[in-house]
Amino acid sequence: MKYEAVIGLETHVQLKTRTKMWCGCVNEFGAEPNSNVCPVCLGFPGVLPVANAEALRLTALAGFLLNCEVAGFAKWDRKNYFYPDNPKNYQITQLDFPSNICGRVDFELNGDLSQVCITRAHLEEDVGKSFHFGDCSGLDFNRAGVPLLEIVSEPDINGADMAYEYLNALKRILEYGGVSDCDMEKGQVRCDVNVSVRSVGEIELGAKIEIKNMNSFSGVRRALQHEIPRQIDVIQNGGTLVQETRRWNDDDGITDSMRTKEDAHDYRYIPDPDLMPHIPTEEWLAHVKECMVELPLARKQRLMAEYQLPECDADVFVADSALADYFEIAAKGVANPKTVANWIINNLQAKLTESETSLADVKFTHAGFSELVGFVESGKINSKIAQEVFAEMFSTGKAPAEIVVEKDLSQVSDVGELERLCREAIEANPGPSEDYRKGKEAALNFLKGQVMKVSRGKANPQMVGDLLKKTLIG
Amino acid sequence: MPHTLTIAQLTDQLANKKLSSREVTQACLNRINDVDDRLNAFINLDPEQALAQADTADTAIAQGRTHAEQPLLGVPIAIKDVIAVQDQPLGCASKILGNFNSPYESTVAKKLRKAGAVMFGRLNMDEFAMGSSTENSAFGPSRNPWDTERIPGGSSGGSAVAVAADECIASLGSDTGGSIRQPAAHCGCVGLKPSYGRVSRYGLVAFASSLDQIGPITKTAGDAATMLGVIAGHDERDSTSVPEKVPNYSAEITDNIKGLKIGLPREYQVDGLDPEVKAAVESAVNKLEALGAEVREISLPHTDYAIATYYIIATAEASANLARFDGVRYGARVDGSDPEQMNRKTRGAGFGEEVKRRIILGTYVLSSGYYDAYYLRALKVRTLIQKDFLDAFGQVDLIASPTSPTPAFKIGEKSGDPLQMYLSDIYTISCNLAGLCGISVPCGFSSGGLPIGLQLLGRPFGESDLLRVANVYEQSTDWHLKRPELG
Repeated sequence: MKYEAVIGLETHVQLKTRTKMWCGCVNEFGAEPNSNVCPVCLGFPGVLPVANAEALRLTALAGFLLNCEVAGFAKWDRKNYFYPDNPKNYQITQLDFPSNICGRVDFELNGDLSQVCITRAHLEEDVGKSFHFGDCSGLDFNRAGVPLLEIVSEPDINGADMAYEYLNALKRILEYGGVSDCDMEKGQVRCDVNVSVRSVGEIELGAKIEIKNMNSFSGVRRALQHEIPRQIDVIQNGGTLVQETRRWNDDDGITDSMRTKEDAHDYRYIPDPDLMPHIPTEEWLAHVKECMVELPLARKQRLMAEYQLPECDADVFVADSALADYFEIAAKGVANPKTVANWIINNLQAKLTESETSLADVKFTHAGFSELVGFVESGKINSKIAQEVFAEMFSTGKAPAEIVVEKDLSQVSDVGELERLCREAIEANPGPSEDYRKGKEAALNFLKGQVMKVSRGKANPQMVGDLLKKTLIG
Repeated sequence: MPHTLTIAQLTDQLANKKLSSREVTQACLNRINDVDDRLNAFINLDPEQALAQADTADTAIAQGRTHAEQPLLGVPIAIKDVIAVQDQPLGCASKILGNFNSPYESTVAKKLRKAGAVMFGRLNMDEFAMGSSTENSAFGPSRNPWDTERIPGGSSGGSAVAVAADECIASLGSDTGGSIRQPAAHCGCVGLKPSYGRVSRYGLVAFASSLDQIGPITKTAGDAATMLGVIAGHDERDSTSVPEKVPNYSAEITDNIKGLKIGLPREYQVDGLDPEVKAAVESAVNKLEALGAEVREISLPHTDYAIATYYIIATAEASANLARFDGVRYGARVDGSDPEQMNRKTRGAGFGEEVKRRIILGTYVLSSGYYDAYYLRALKVRTLIQKDFLDAFGQVDLIASPTSPTPAFKIGEKSGDPLQMYLSDIYTISCNLAGLCGISVPCGFSSGGLPIGLQLLGRPFGESDLLRVANVYEQSTDWHLKRPELG
């Protein structure tokens, strides 16, 4: 019997807002414990939440980026549960009227296109953080009230690799859109997994098992790589799986049971009477839409189609959107964009890495860069000289034309001048000249090298080759 | 006797330098000293802080500040223990908050401060505003100044007692199902519950967020208008406050009431209605008719469901609102072996019986499997009750009724029977469910000498009408002038 896994993911992403969801406290990671807190986010008696407009905007933007239907009516609910890091002992979330529904994430999986549907992407608040030191515990409420987008996928995922690639795609999309920094180490992305197995061809779903406590995308992948065979094993050995929540133990690489359905929380949801529903106007939605960016996969496909770039180049650009932006400006109106891409990837990127600077620090202009590529294309300078010019541009910011004139680097393509140089080379090297005439092709390269040397690299190599041949064979 | 003055009388004397804020504040403090061990209206008092505020007000008056700029300049106003005043205790008459001092200021307190008020004292109440008698206070019951064997009403019992006994000039209370109007009626004061969204709830410790409103208890309708003018208005910190323009209430209350239509709900003739209360309210309505109002019978068909609806919605919201009192971040804590034990022990020891009863009831109605049958259904009935009023206000401008079916009952009389206690809220709770405004004004006395209140309900943001009728009625009667004898 063959088995298949059915997987859905619940991904929590902290929104990149300046302040928290309901108060004016700064939303930042790594501050002194309990330094970004106020009566509102500490749940003091009598305080009220006020929704952060920027969080609402980023939520709608995320909705558009994830191909969701952005709701015309979203409301707030209280999810009740007692825990020391939960200041009000209820979490404000969106139960039945979430901000975004019915979306889709497209991504590549093993070279093919794949997609996962999004059930909902709703806005809620983060809770504080508990720390345990031996015989006592501490609480840090800096994170309490940070806006959190929960993205719930449909159970469209069939394996550990697909889950992993989906998460990476999601992260790229949200980073691209400026919705979240998605920094795993800062806990800005967290993911819970729902996984069940069934025999292939079966329509009924198996017992849903939730796995928590993965702290990286590769942790999610490893947890699934462990959990799917475990579930299949249980079934194959005649056992029964029950709905439960399991905890991923990263050190041992296994999952342990946390609680079964019987001990599941009853969250006693209730509409939050302190907050009005969010009913966006058409203008507001249009304004949010203006901030839409092209998604990474779409951009990759466009770069390949519009500029005839090979996939490997497009991948480089999609991984670094600033570099891609640079490319698109430099490639504008250029006959051969691939040359521009080569220059950016092979020279510019290398130089940036070598000098530990970023594109923002580059001294020369876009026009300067395009001009340099144009010089090479038109044969004004050869590629070896171009390297020299580029190095000079990079350190001084001067335009290539200026450098070429200053250093007298312009390629010599004057036939008379080149003929003279070729004749001199032949006369000075009778041996190799003779060898060539006898049919030794390699001897031509030696002569060509001599001409280049005498011209300090400026001679047009193509023309030199032709002229040498003509002169030697006569 | 400066402490017996109304806001209008006092501000007049302050402006004319016949009296200083320090003198009137000291008079209130003396009065509290004389009578409050019998009444228990105040559960906390900081005389020095009060006098310091009075001195600030006196300086401002001396420098030429007027009451046109600051309508409450130098006026001692006492605050229910459920409203946050910065650096003053905030306890909700509960043990669970321990020695909590508020690190922040409620919006109403900010507005009162800006208007120059001397905000002093923490007034007794039913714990977390849950109750109709002030017997549910962790600090013992307040007593009715007209008969100290009797309850003053609740939950803003302390707020009504303090005004009735001249321990302050006016006070703030909160009203979730009648908690301003009913104690005002039992103590012979004016109590105004503004429309939902009229006054910011920021800094009001929530009992039932969709029903709670802060409002004044005063000696006259005119004073209520002055207070409302100060505290009303939209607040960025309260998303449920409404950006509706605040009228000049004080200016609008002086007109006559000719042609104003007043409705009498057929359904309000309930079994438990005391004949003396009935007679007093009828004669008040006759008076209003004589003053030019048109009176007609109306119907509010869903009245019977109001109490059940209210106790489901209010307790459901309360069960979430009161979850934050867990001993983790502030207030009293009883240690336990783990967080859950600490939480259980803290809440077990910190909350009183009635609060626990309501939290359990609210938890139950929200539980999986019961939500639809109780909470969801209650929300639907609430909509029907709102529609009743909407229909009624298509025919009339105001609705008149008793505030409470009986005068103040004896302390302990109903405390063993919570359902009986809940039923006494019959006339007041629909107003909160429908988001209306309501006022209680003195309209007579029982044969036993206990005050009786007339309740007027108005459409949302119709406070001007309420205050105008209350004021016109007050001008033609002298019930509001009577004071309890406390020796």
